[in-house]
Amino acid sequence: MPLAPATKRNLVTSALVAPAAAWLFVFLVLPFIAILVFAFGERAPEGGYQAAFTFAQFANLGSRAAAFRNTMMIAPVGAFLCLIVAYPVAYFLAVKASPKYRLVLVSLVVVPFWTSLLVRTYAWMYILGSRGLPNLLDMVGISDVRMLNTPGAVLLGIVYGYLPLMIMPIYVSLEKLDLRLLEASADLGAKPLSTFFGITLPLSLPGVMTGTALVTILLLGEYLIPQLLGGGKVFFIGNALVDLFLQSRNWPFGSAIAVTLVAVVVLVLLVAMRIAWRFAGTRQVDLV
Amino acid sequence: MSKDYKDSLPISASRFMEEFMRLKRGSVSRRHFLGVTGLGLAAAVIARVPGLQGGAAYAQDLGTQMSIATWPNYHDPATFEAFTAATGVAVEVNVFGSNEEMLAKLQAGASGWDLFVPTNYTISTYVKLGLIDELDIAKAPNFSPSTQNTRFTNEGMVDGKTYALPKNWGTTGFAVNTGKIKTPMTSWKDFFELAQTEADGRAMVHDYQLTTIGNALVSLGYSFNSIKPEELAKAEELLIKVKPHLYAINSDYQPSMRATDAWLTMCWTNDGAQLNRDMPEIAYILGKDGGEIWTDFYAIPKDAPNKAAGYALLNFLMDPAVAVKEHIANGAPTTDSRVIALLPAEITSNKIVYPDEAALTPLEFGAAVTLTDPGRAELMARFKSA
Repeated sequence: MPLAPATKRNLVTSALVAPAAAWLFVFLVLPFIAILVFAFGERAPEGGYQAAFTFAQFANLGSRAAAFRNTMMIAPVGAFLCLIVAYPVAYFLAVKASPKYRLVLVSLVVVPFWTSLLVRTYAWMYILGSRGLPNLLDMVGISDVRMLNTPGAVLLGIVYGYLPLMIMPIYVSLEKLDLRLLEASADLGAKPLSTFFGITLPLSLPGVMTGTALVTILLLGEYLIPQLLGGGKVFFIGNALVDLFLQSRNWPFGSAIAVTLVAVVVLVLLVAMRIAWRFAGTRQVDLV
Repeated sequence: MSKDYKDSLPISASRFMEEFMRLKRGSVSRRHFLGVTGLGLAAAVIARVPGLQGGAAYAQDLGTQMSIATWPNYHDPATFEAFTAATGVAVEVNVFGSNEEMLAKLQAGASGWDLFVPTNYTISTYVKLGLIDELDIAKAPNFSPSTQNTRFTNEGMVDGKTYALPKNWGTTGFAVNTGKIKTPMTSWKDFFELAQTEADGRAMVHDYQLTTIGNALVSLGYSFNSIKPEELAKAEELLIKVKPHLYAINSDYQPSMRATDAWLTMCWTNDGAQLNRDMPEIAYILGKDGGEIWTDFYAIPKDAPNKAAGYALLNFLMDPAVAVKEHIANGAPTTDSRVIALLPAEITSNKIVYPDEAALTPLEFGAAVTLTDPGRAELMARFKSA
């Protein structure tokens, strides 16, 4: 007996979704359950995990307040700086650039991804180290400038590393922009600035929100850039986590921090969606 | 027009790959492959180097690759190349900044290492946790127990069984760029004072609880190995006060010292010797108020995927002819009198490498309890996240 069309469609859908669902279950849901269990345990005498049921790890979260604070300050500021730098680039690519070169220019944005972020961040260590830019500044009489291992260096590394992730979603939403709307706005007497804030920006908001949420969420878990450009002094939650698992081997406390971080990320995502909905006046916003 | 270097190669890269694929398909013999590529000649030349004779250890199948976990700037890269040439086993080198990190990887399981380089005070814990096996000394015939200085090597034995063979000993002092810092320094007390004044923004401490906390304790007049809560609290207070003045918290300090980004750093013998060799203005100083004396060992993890290759490399490294080259490149002093006999006088007379006995007297070997003490582990983590 042939299957009913609806049943067949359902089967096809299940077959297509099953691999991804299985993947997420094994590599996301199960590990998350494991850290949730660990978070209520105790550190074994030689380090690691030993079964228990205690809230002590969560009660101790305050001892990493500085790392949480650093992350919560630098991640949004980094994402905002990315946005400010990325928007004009995306606008140029989508609106101003000649269609002939657009594909090449857009590819150029992605080119840095061909080299590992680790290698590129090491390059920044040498550029910001005293034989790099500070040495050049010294030649023109500005001496003893410290760049490496400062919060500024970490911010710079963040903007550099995450820029393409911000440019792409904004570019995509600006590319869909109907240029006749801008002409209409000008015909009706709007100055370029009010056209931008009245038409271009609101229409590209989904891209802006996607980019901002994407960059902020990735930054909340950032480890590499603060480690290399912050000299182990500008400490993110990601660095605290690495330390707890690799140095002090306090898995339960590390798990408690990881669970808290996930909760914070979910919260950020919810708030970002709220804002996006309010601005867009619809719930049809593609986020992340 | 200059001659391209490729012109002088015995075989072009593409031809090499062709021959290699033919070998893999089995259409040519290994001998043919070694002959046309010149590798046979290269291997023959290398095999004549004393100490590279394989002998019994290489008779079995060693596979094609192995992995070692060790410290930054700790080996002569040529050592591993020579081992690969002699055995066909490629060596993957993993670099770590602290024993705690090595322990964490082994505790997590499946580290993939076939050989690693733990420090004296950690070995009893590895044994207790069942992470390393007793060594089969017969598989490392190049090791000579009778020529070892047992002052440094006894912690390789636990309950009369040998779990680790010595690589070298050393000290933990500090390196100072005397071209930048004019105040003479002699103690850890000086180190932490200058880190906040003359070396403000230019001093580095290790990303390693044993030495960073230990040296802070020493500067306050306590034992390097203290786990007393009130003494640790004082050390934490000092470290957190110094932190804003530090250049970085990192155990790989050579690049920063060489670039003169940093002028002062906690430092191990081998790095001190390497830095001083290339930049004589960098002095290496042992605290007259104390500090650490240590020995690094080679051990084989219980879950090593290629133990045969682990033993083969261990035996290779125990060969005095290899060890002497490692010594010259690395700079840390040997525990083996056979190696001392082969060393040039400028190394045996180097006071950074072989300090006077009087300079060693205030130093302490790390104590096993510091590795697992939760108080020290949490102090370090708090200091870093402060």
